[in-house]
Amino acid sequence: MKASAFAYARATSVSNALELLAAHGDRAKVLSGGQSLMPAMNLRLISPELIVDIGELAELRGIAVTGDRVRIGALTRHVDLARSSEIAAHAPLLAEAIAHVAHPAIRNRGTLGGSLAHADPASELPACMLALNATVIVRGQTGERRIAAQDFFTGIYETALSPEELLVAVELPVSLKSSAHFFHEFARRHGDYAILGLAAQAIVNADTFADLRLAFFAVGDRPVLAKAARKLVGGALTSAAIVDACTALSEELDPHDDQQASASMRRHLAKVLLVRCVAALLDRPDLDAGGST
Amino acid sequence: MTAHVQISLEVNGERIDAHVPPRLNLADFLREHLSLTGTHVGCEHGVCGACTVRVNGDIVRSCLMLAVQTQDASVETIEGLSDSGEIADLQAAFRDRNALQCGFCTPGMLMAAQDLLKLEAEPDRDRIREHLSGNYCRCTGYQAIIDAIETTARARKERTS
Amino acid sequence: MNEPVNPDGLSVLDRPNSYIGKTVPRPNLERLMQGRGLYVSDMVLPRMAHVVFLRSPHAHAKIIKIEADAAKRVPGVIAVVTGKELAAVITPWVGVLSHLKGLKSAPQSAIAIDRVCWQGEAVAAIVATSRAVAEDAAEIVSVTYEELDAVTDMRTALDPATPVIHPSLGDNLAFERNFDAGAVDAAFADSDAVVEADFIFGRHTGVTLEPRAVVADWSAAEARLTIYQGTQAPHMVQNLAALHLGLGEAQVRIVCKDVGGSFGIKVHIYADEMATYALAKLLRRPIKFVADRVESFNTDIHARDHRCKGKIGVKNDGTITAFEIDDLTGIGPYSMYPRTSAIEANQVVNLIGGPYASKHYRARARVVFQNKNVMCQYRAVGHPIACSVTEGLVDLAAMKIGMDPVEIRRRNLIPDNGYPCAAPSGLRFELLSHHASLNKLMAMMDYDKLRAEQAALRVKNIHRGIGIASFIEVTNPSAAFYGVGGAKISSQDGVAVRMDATGSIICQTSITEQGQGSESLTAQIVGSVLGVSMERVRVILGDTDNTPYGGGTWASRGAGIGGEAALQAAKILRKNILDVAAVILQASPSELDIVNNEVVNASDGAPRIELKELARIVYFRPDTLPPGIQPEMMATRHFVPREYPFAFTNGVQASWLEVDTDTGFIKLLKHWVVEDCGTIINPQLVDEQIRGGVVQGLGAALFEKCIYDERGQLTNANMADYLVPMSGEMPDIDVGHVVSPTSETELGAKGAGEAGTAGAAAAVSNAVNDALRPFGATITEIPLTPQVVLTALGRI
Repeated sequence: MKASAFAYARATSVSNALELLAAHGDRAKVLSGGQSLMPAMNLRLISPELIVDIGELAELRGIAVTGDRVRIGALTRHVDLARSSEIAAHAPLLAEAIAHVAHPAIRNRGTLGGSLAHADPASELPACMLALNATVIVRGQTGERRIAAQDFFTGIYETALSPEELLVAVELPVSLKSSAHFFHEFARRHGDYAILGLAAQAIVNADTFADLRLAFFAVGDRPVLAKAARKLVGGALTSAAIVDACTALSEELDPHDDQQASASMRRHLAKVLLVRCVAALLDRPDLDAGGST
Repeated sequence: MTAHVQISLEVNGERIDAHVPPRLNLADFLREHLSLTGTHVGCEHGVCGACTVRVNGDIVRSCLMLAVQTQDASVETIEGLSDSGEIADLQAAFRDRNALQCGFCTPGMLMAAQDLLKLEAEPDRDRIREHLSGNYCRCTGYQAIIDAIETTARARKERTS
Repeated sequence: MNEPVNPDGLSVLDRPNSYIGKTVPRPNLERLMQGRGLYVSDMVLPRMAHVVFLRSPHAHAKIIKIEADAAKRVPGVIAVVTGKELAAVITPWVGVLSHLKGLKSAPQSAIAIDRVCWQGEAVAAIVATSRAVAEDAAEIVSVTYEELDAVTDMRTALDPATPVIHPSLGDNLAFERNFDAGAVDAAFADSDAVVEADFIFGRHTGVTLEPRAVVADWSAAEARLTIYQGTQAPHMVQNLAALHLGLGEAQVRIVCKDVGGSFGIKVHIYADEMATYALAKLLRRPIKFVADRVESFNTDIHARDHRCKGKIGVKNDGTITAFEIDDLTGIGPYSMYPRTSAIEANQVVNLIGGPYASKHYRARARVVFQNKNVMCQYRAVGHPIACSVTEGLVDLAAMKIGMDPVEIRRRNLIPDNGYPCAAPSGLRFELLSHHASLNKLMAMMDYDKLRAEQAALRVKNIHRGIGIASFIEVTNPSAAFYGVGGAKISSQDGVAVRMDATGSIICQTSITEQGQGSESLTAQIVGSVLGVSMERVRVILGDTDNTPYGGGTWASRGAGIGGEAALQAAKILRKNILDVAAVILQASPSELDIVNNEVVNASDGAPRIELKELARIVYFRPDTLPPGIQPEMMATRHFVPREYPFAFTNGVQASWLEVDTDTGFIKLLKHWVVEDCGTIINPQLVDEQIRGGVVQGLGAALFEKCIYDERGQLTNANMADYLVPMSGEMPDIDVGHVVSPTSETELGAKGAGEAGTAGAAAAVSNAVNDALRPFGATITEIPLTPQVVLTALGRI
């Protein structure tokens, strides 16, 4: 399986990259880590005319904390996120999620920007962005746009990015001291795409949630920030509330059927994960007695 | 405009200058242009790990990199790691424990194993299994490979302590 | 005499410094570990071109027209060749054998001519200076197809309304076998309980890490074809390539090189490989074919696509009264050549109930054609099906009468002192050790402790299970497997061993190496028999020009058959060496021995003459020997099993696992195997064969399945979607042995290569059902995906 022939340009700057994208539109593809692009090209699922390699653009690297925001450059590799003390301190959900992304050799090349732009509904990082209330920063020749993560992912491999724009960075609020996070995915083997996953960020106040963001992935054509979470915010958590939330979740989700799981299995797993998540976040193992779903 | 691109890189410590088509991936470049056939091709979609090499010290899937992306990079293959003696103890452990049968996954396994041992001094078996979870072996069933890596880790720790 | 031998007892080759029974590192591993192996996929020859096959996107279609003019003009393209054009160079074949009565199949061409019969079948060959260019050109070859209805469900393949794939054959039935022993109906009527179940198996494929690779080099000047191919059976390939290309046997040479995994995938004759040989002859230059991973999934043989109804009768005291099966298997549109696609079903019929004493057995097996990829022998051929069905039924019977699964086995396994004997299916057992093996397993796994742990955890809603699977394995096959049916597959093997001028030993063997240790076992045996150190022994294999004629390595025959040939040849050479030594030393040969590379006194071990000195005299100074002496420092012996058509081995496996009943996910905690394969030449190599085999079986149990849609499209032809076992999910596997040598050979070794795969899935299935006992759920389907488990539990 050899890729079809293409022309290659190594971008010298972001504006140079944008010029090339503007000139070639959707006949060009951006190469950052290449961990999603290369398999598609090797399999001849896509045959771009031009590859714009942004790998050398230093301005797209780096993790910086300014006040209450963390800014992560698009070319930040997964391994960089895993090793970053800033991420460990200010966005520990990301650090935990990264361990589930593929395998070490992939994590050494794959980038945050690449993963978000690729928007595979079964991948981890888009859901983390939803859970962390992130802002995606994209740039085109006409200037920069800031897009809420919730609005960024629009379908299978589809985002709000136009073919002439480049994802340059992501910004997230620094997580508060009262934050708690939870991450889990069901996958057949280490590093596989998830059958179903949940990235959650919460603000915990004694035994209650002051805020709860539940971002499910591998549940359809894009990650879903579950509205069902509202049923669990404010007020004591009873079994009834959890059952209520599970029912709401089941109604809210519209998962797909595929070789790994049917839609009804995904709904079931989502409920299981919801319960396990709540139990973990509140340190209430009694809530996850099993059989409650 | 699919013109060849001039690249200059280092492979196993040797300076290499080449004129390559953009679509040539790093695995094919190493195997076909440099005749370094120790890096194997098993799937060409980044799943099996047979093509694992080191680029600037990091293990990567060479089937998922273009040769043109290695401009100014330092690439190390299994031949290089063998000749420098860097993994001689690991290779001896593989031999003694028969952690290879057909040998096709072995270069990638050794690359991943050495990567782990450089990161962690004494990984437990679960950690070894996890770090190697992206390297496919059909012959051994993995246990002998885990044993050989565990043995090597212990021996290295003893040598440094 | 018929008791299993204590493994601590003396081996047959109880010689000083014997390597038999020793774990020694395999020779020549350095080059593999340095990335300096020599695989066919690495090969480059002068003027070598690459072939890419254009493959049918349809499961069944007429080929109306192929337009290749544009493709031929792509720079770097050497030729575009159709099936019709290639038919002038290579003849078609039919995959039938006469001993499989009624087996029928249609002729298959190297490249399809008028019709394609599976999605992935080649319709044209594009030869170019690189694979990439050939793929570019393939994209612009235009093929006009007329789609035909595809047969994609084995259950309806024989229905009158279903189209017949090959009208000349009359129907889609390739083969049917019926078998009836004892009085099955009376036995069922006499039972206290009768249990039935439908067993469903996922279609699998081998996924060898090195894909199939061939370099075919036709030298027109020499009129000789050299085929570099990682085949397990080089002489078979030589014979058939010559036959279909119109060449003499001596005009074809097969060289195997290092092989990146085979497991039976590379023991068959493939259309695209035959096409590659023919293209080399047609184009008069070396042609290289390396299947890419997608092609491998679509064209490497598949296996194990079975639906088997099973029935068992049992009395309240645990006595099994009868087994009955009705097995259906859906192969591809052709029976594979030359081993046929009926052997797997035939094995299933032969092996059901094998470990057990019950005498009543009835079976029907039907093999039907489908428009899917071809199917044929893959590691453990038929054993996994037979074992999963048998062991699944035994557990169901135990559950029905409320008996422990180990106890029911104790009451029914053939007694260890009951040999020789025959199974109802006709298989003859020389000496097995089911009970000794089971006892050893119980000790190794501490069965009672695990049962207690299971009970304690169940109370906390943690569900663990234990599964046991007994099995027999066919090894060391005689001509009864293939030869009797007319196949040009040799069931004998030969070893030529010689001592060269400085005392080094060169062996040439007809068995082949794919990583299991054929080279090592040969060197160990020869070294032991001759009394020389292994470092002095060089083994040559995998080259029809440079080895004796033989069968190769398959059906777990390398150690038992090739090993015996090595032993016998080394014995002769030893005798010849001692005859010359006796003359030189003026002693009698019986007073001498060879130990540690020198001739010594047999009585006190005192050194008399070094082998290298003896060799110097023989080769350079025969003038110093007495008149009339003609030293012969080379000996060849062949071996073929004559008394037993197969050397059966036996074993038992156990799986310990946990089922998450909320998610359906299964975690394999531990696995055990006790195996009796007779004399063990290298314990580590045998154990590693077993472990590798087990993991293939675990892959089958939990992960692997070729998923076809109703149109005959293989929908998961890549390594992200076809799930193979990786290190993160596999357990550690403890292996133990009982030793019952075969007395048919002096070596006493039986085969061990497939034992792990034979029983692993059965053990896992039984363990899952054991874990789910409180829920009343029983699953008789593999792979046991979370979806399957949750459905069985009624959770979705």
